[in-house]
Amino acid sequence: MARYAERAENLARILDVNETFARDVQGANDWLPILKLHRDEEAFFERYKEATSENVVRFYIIDAENPNSIIYSVRAARENARSIRHLISLETWAQLNVSYNLVASLTARNLHLSELSRLCGRIKEGVQLHSGIVTGTLYRDQVWSFYRLGVFTELADQITRLVDIKYHALLPAWQDVGSPVDIAQWNALLRSVSAYHGYRRVFPARMTPTTVAGFILLSPRFPRSLTHCVSNIEATLDELLTNEDLRDISFPRDSLETLKELTSRSPERVVTAGLHEYLDEAQVALLDFGSQVAATFFYAD
Amino acid sequence: MTDRSKGLFANYDREEFFCEMFGGSAHPASHTDSIRDRMRTMKVPTLQRRAQSCDRELYNLGITFTVYSDRDAIDRVLPFDVIPRVLSRDDWSHIERGCVQRVAALNRFLHDIYHDQHILNDGTVPAELVVRNANFRPEMKGLDLPHGTYVSICGIDLVRDGQGAFRVLEDNARTPSGVSYVVENRHLMMRSFPDLTGNVGLRQVSNYGMHLQAALAEIAPASAADPKVVLMSPGVFNSAYFEHVFLAREMGVPLVEGRDLVVEDDRVFMKTTGGLRPVDVIYRRVDDAFLDPEQFNPKSMLGVRGLFRAYRAGRVSLANAVGTGVADDKAVYAYMPRIVRYYLDEEPILQNVDTHLCREPEGLAYTLAHLDELVVKPVGESGGYGIVVGPKATRAELEECRARVEQDPANYISQPVIDLSVCPTLIDGSIEPRHVDLRPYIVTGKESWVLPGGLTRVALRKGSLVVNSSQGGGTKDTWVLE
Repeated sequence: MARYAERAENLARILDVNETFARDVQGANDWLPILKLHRDEEAFFERYKEATSENVVRFYIIDAENPNSIIYSVRAARENARSIRHLISLETWAQLNVSYNLVASLTARNLHLSELSRLCGRIKEGVQLHSGIVTGTLYRDQVWSFYRLGVFTELADQITRLVDIKYHALLPAWQDVGSPVDIAQWNALLRSVSAYHGYRRVFPARMTPTTVAGFILLSPRFPRSLTHCVSNIEATLDELLTNEDLRDISFPRDSLETLKELTSRSPERVVTAGLHEYLDEAQVALLDFGSQVAATFFYAD
Repeated sequence: MTDRSKGLFANYDREEFFCEMFGGSAHPASHTDSIRDRMRTMKVPTLQRRAQSCDRELYNLGITFTVYSDRDAIDRVLPFDVIPRVLSRDDWSHIERGCVQRVAALNRFLHDIYHDQHILNDGTVPAELVVRNANFRPEMKGLDLPHGTYVSICGIDLVRDGQGAFRVLEDNARTPSGVSYVVENRHLMMRSFPDLTGNVGLRQVSNYGMHLQAALAEIAPASAADPKVVLMSPGVFNSAYFEHVFLAREMGVPLVEGRDLVVEDDRVFMKTTGGLRPVDVIYRRVDDAFLDPEQFNPKSMLGVRGLFRAYRAGRVSLANAVGTGVADDKAVYAYMPRIVRYYLDEEPILQNVDTHLCREPEGLAYTLAHLDELVVKPVGESGGYGIVVGPKATRAELEECRARVEQDPANYISQPVIDLSVCPTLIDGSIEPRHVDLRPYIVTGKESWVLPGGLTRVALRKGSLVVNSSQGGGTKDTWVLE
């Protein structure tokens, strides 16, 4: 439930920012990075001719056949919630229903570019309201811990993917760091994850690939950074394991140790040694961690 | 001619039926005086507006049953009518005593047929009716249950005839559903009609979960000091999944599926994040046939291997017990008055509807001769399926029914058409009479407790006598007055 909800919010963020960004630079190409980010080019071009704004927006918001769409994620979040309805609060379920109905009622007519930003805002707020309600009402037992593990694992996964693809897409522009196009792209990246303001406070004057990627991935104070997510995962896990009921459980910590080591590196070291390899390693470790949680606590094979 | 002093009910005509709000010609319903007073001044548009927001609320709160298509889960709201059905204190006390008596007889009957079979041996009930019944479980023979309680949760469907007398239409001794609507309907009414529900002296229904939990703990194996109860559901794809969630929450017990349970050395355990934890009582909403692939349907994916062995060993209790389906069979139903007298040595407090058994020559002859006046029901079906209402059937339908009855008489019973009582119901902007029934819920551990009220189902189609949700039925809040 947590992971799908966060995924929907992330999609809304990316579409919103890309729309704002594409307004400056004309041309259909500007929607391609979103397809690349989710490795969706193949699936997309099977059913759509061109990566126009209309098609991409449609693909990511209301196309129920696309497992990376908002409608798909919100529905999956709701179906997951249905299976744990006895554990979540009534308000949580009711609000998820309302959110789902909002998204499910959308048709192509609601997706006008002029309305997109407002729509993405509503979807984003829906998910934020969801996390607020969960935080405010969920009984603080193991369910809460597992909810938090889900949230932070998903956020960590998203941020590494986002940086990975953006960084690649932006590589050719490195030669003219500081050019208007380049700055605009970093700007968009920072804004898409609500990091712009925080970044500015730390680096009022500079905007380089290393500082931006470093901030987004490694700032312990930025709530969506890998570092922040990993430290929350560790704290949540440690608290969970103090539970009397779980005294017989032994949890393999190797993937978590890998993640902790990764987040202890400096931005310069990360970029020099190869950002893509770094992000790859982080994603593998996150995947391992997820499987270990499933195998240890949920009898998954 | 309209009677202005009747306000909201000015155009209401109960026709020739007994009305839950206005009574019959011989029984003025004085117990609803104060409620009618309050409703009189309400306007139809007000009722409609509140009804709409009730519908929306039911949907948003997910008080729904779910229909699955290939692509999607479609949540449907069971139609809810905002005009309550009100029972007087005297009527209720009669129903309550009658239901407790009937459940006591059902439990004694089940104990007997799975032990010495006195009632079959002396011919009071034909043996083959029981032992050849598809729901008779020979595996249950000789197993002693705590307090002899086979039917922990019973739903008894009652109708009210033209004279206002309550009669039993059928017993639901397997897994009666719908109780979640009783509680949720009440909560909905309290929120939407504070002006109607305040200070009228309603018996509360929201303690159902506590009573149920307590009763289930009472039927735990004697060895369990602090009984652990779980609710076992077939899973999210079951149309009653909402109710399973509701009951688990109201009882404060874990909701599990078959795959969450394992049996080791005849002991049932629940898989938890911290390892296996013992389970003493299972309120199972899974049919007998799917409970345990080792004992019953080997293809069942919903069950738990070895569960029946643990049950036989007395290490776990099931509610309801295995094999109760034989008691709510429509053919056995016809013998219920005799069953009550046989075990309790009392006259039945609640009467059956007169029933003709097509398995008996007289019954068959009578049924075939009066097909156009009778309601013909297959004995094994539920949910209102396969019922033919003589006076409303076409000639072709009657002939088809005749052929089916002649081919397999033992599978059919017939009953006279009962003029089910009506209740004022909001239909497309006017207040019209619609037929209702009543399903009280009886919870039994050591002793029986009856939830005050029960589920009132209403046939929303004009003239229809079939109240089942699968046949266009809705529900109403049921009020029992202090």
